[in-house]
Amino acid sequence: MKPHRLTFAFQLTVTLLACAFLMVPAGASILAGFTVNYFRGVSSGLTLKWIGEVLALYSDTIALSIAIALGTLGVTLLIGVPAAWALARRPSRLTRLVEEVVTLPVAIPGLALALALILAYGGIREFRMSPLFILTGHVLYTLPFMLRAVMAVLAAVDVRTLEEGAASLGASPLQRFFHVVVPNARGGILAGALMVVTLSIGEFNLTWMLHTPLTKTLPVGLADSYASMRLEIASAYTLVFFVMIVPLLVALQLFGRTVQGAAR
Amino acid sequence: MNRGAAITVASCGKTFADGTRALSPLDLDVRAGETLVLLGPSGCGKTTLLRLIAGLEAPDAGGHIRFDGADVTALPIEKRNVGMVFQSYALFPNMSVIDNVAYGLRVRGMAQAARRAQAAGVLEMMRIGALAQRRIDQLSGGQRQRVALARALAVEPRVILLDEPLTALDAALREHLRGEIDALLKRLAITAIYVTHDQAEALALGDRIVVMRNGAIAQVGTPRDVYFRPADDFVADFVGVTNRLTGTLKNGRFETAAGVVPLPQDLVPPAAPSGPGAVRLLFRPEAARLASPADTPLVFEVVQVEFQGARQKVTLKDPAGARILVEAPADGLLVPGAAVGLILDPARISLA
Ligand SMILES: Nc1ncnc2c1ncn2[C@@H]1O[C@H](COP(=O)(O)OP(=O)(O)O)[C@@H](O)[C@H]1O
Ligand SMILES: [Mg+2]
Repeated sequence: MKPHRLTFAFQLTVTLLACAFLMVPAGASILAGFTVNYFRGVSSGLTLKWIGEVLALYSDTIALSIAIALGTLGVTLLIGVPAAWALARRPSRLTRLVEEVVTLPVAIPGLALALALILAYGGIREFRMSPLFILTGHVLYTLPFMLRAVMAVLAAVDVRTLEEGAASLGASPLQRFFHVVVPNARGGILAGALMVVTLSIGEFNLTWMLHTPLTKTLPVGLADSYASMRLEIASAYTLVFFVMIVPLLVALQLFGRTVQGAAR
Repeated sequence: MNRGAAITVASCGKTFADGTRALSPLDLDVRAGETLVLLGPSGCGKTTLLRLIAGLEAPDAGGHIRFDGADVTALPIEKRNVGMVFQSYALFPNMSVIDNVAYGLRVRGMAQAARRAQAAGVLEMMRIGALAQRRIDQLSGGQRQRVALARALAVEPRVILLDEPLTALDAALREHLRGEIDALLKRLAITAIYVTHDQAEALALGDRIVVMRNGAIAQVGTPRDVYFRPADDFVADFVGVTNRLTGTLKNGRFETAAGVVPLPQDLVPPAAPSGPGAVRLLFRPEAARLASPADTPLVFEVVQVEFQGARQKVTLKDPAGARILVEAPADGLLVPGAAVGLILDPARISLA
């Protein structure tokens, strides 16, 4: 059926309005990061000063965020890939149970997870003060995503039969893991990795509870700058955050599409 | 290539974790170098038995698998030196055809150049040398089947196990590849165990056939044994069309409504036949020959004739109304209602 022209015009208008509703605040915020004085408006002139200031003030935070994201990635890879493999090998009631348990952190609020961590390990001072505390929280929060991504691809390529094929040719379990399981799970591992890094860099709820003045990540720093700095600096901060997270999101989108295409 | 191993399966049963009893404890001897076909309907335990022999599953307590007399029950598949062709082929999508075929040599520590050369030789033998650099997803079903077989053979296993290797292919290709596999297995003189639910495949390929039913062995025998002397009704029906006549045994002859059938000396009557109608004579449509009613003591009435070109299928009934199906050359003109004599080949009848 061919849509009526008026209907189409109406739909287009609604869509554009909705987009504008979402984009205008973002645009305003980005612009604020470049204006000399937000209250006087763009007429006060444009500058890169605020960006520079953000980088100077928060470079530690940015570095820590990246370090924690990479650390989280490392740990989720090390735990998640072998775990997904082990679960894919013998699908059973146990597998379903583990899948449920591992999904819990997604369902329960980050705050609750953080509280649980603080109650359990907050007493260990060195641990509580170190970035490893946040890293632990991020691992708990992101591991399910890695597991699910890898398990989905392992099921799609029927890794069990592939492994049996390798075993029949004389391959040991370790050889099977590195020659057959990992290469054929590459799509899921990459998708999971992008997801983990994106989530870790953007995570706020949990991190806000777990952070100390010396262990702050990007989103926590953002909240901090909104609370204690000029609006221009907070806006410039948003911009820096955008620049880091948007490429990851775009990669995730594009990649998700190619992985789905390959699976089909 | 090396000689195949003899395999002994001793009281191997299999009960899965969920309580499914896939195999009742059974014994089976596979001779060195023979092609043994496991035949049976879907779900009867063929794959399970094959996987026990392969080492992909462990038998229930008390079961043992021996290769050339050595107990391999505790050995995992990677230590048994068996080649396996999976129903889904299980080719590695992350490797080219030649790397798939060379994989078994790679994990045995052979250098790249040497293993590629050896794998190329196997591909040549399978007449798919031109596919060496292809990716797996660039192959047709028949090509994948050949690659899977080449990969399993490249490590010169003592035994090759094939699980319905042709089931995924279309009928014409299936028949063609069946011939190729048959020639290959005979030439290599390797011990082969071939699983199928297709009776034509089983009859064509097997030196011996194991007919399975509900996790147990119904009959073991040569294709001719199984076809012409089925051990029971199940085997008879599973392996082709079977005619049955009811009657009694008297003085070495079988007496039925349509007349009498002389029985050969070596035909074993079933245990304890009693009373009339207690014994049944089983035969295939091709084991009967049409004759003039004057030439034989066994006479039927023609019910229906189905012309098929070279042959015709003729449905007959005896005075008691029992129907049988026979095949005859298409030259003799038969009309429904006519009386026709039947001569049964004594070597191709059995009693049940
Ligand atoms: N891993 C398993 N767990 C539980 N039951 C199984 C498993 N594998 C096979 N079975 C069951 O065992 C029986 C025999 O299966 P199988 O050996 O695959 O039969 P076939 O190959 O003759 O079709 C079937 O009832 C099947 O459902
Ligand atoms: Mg099967």
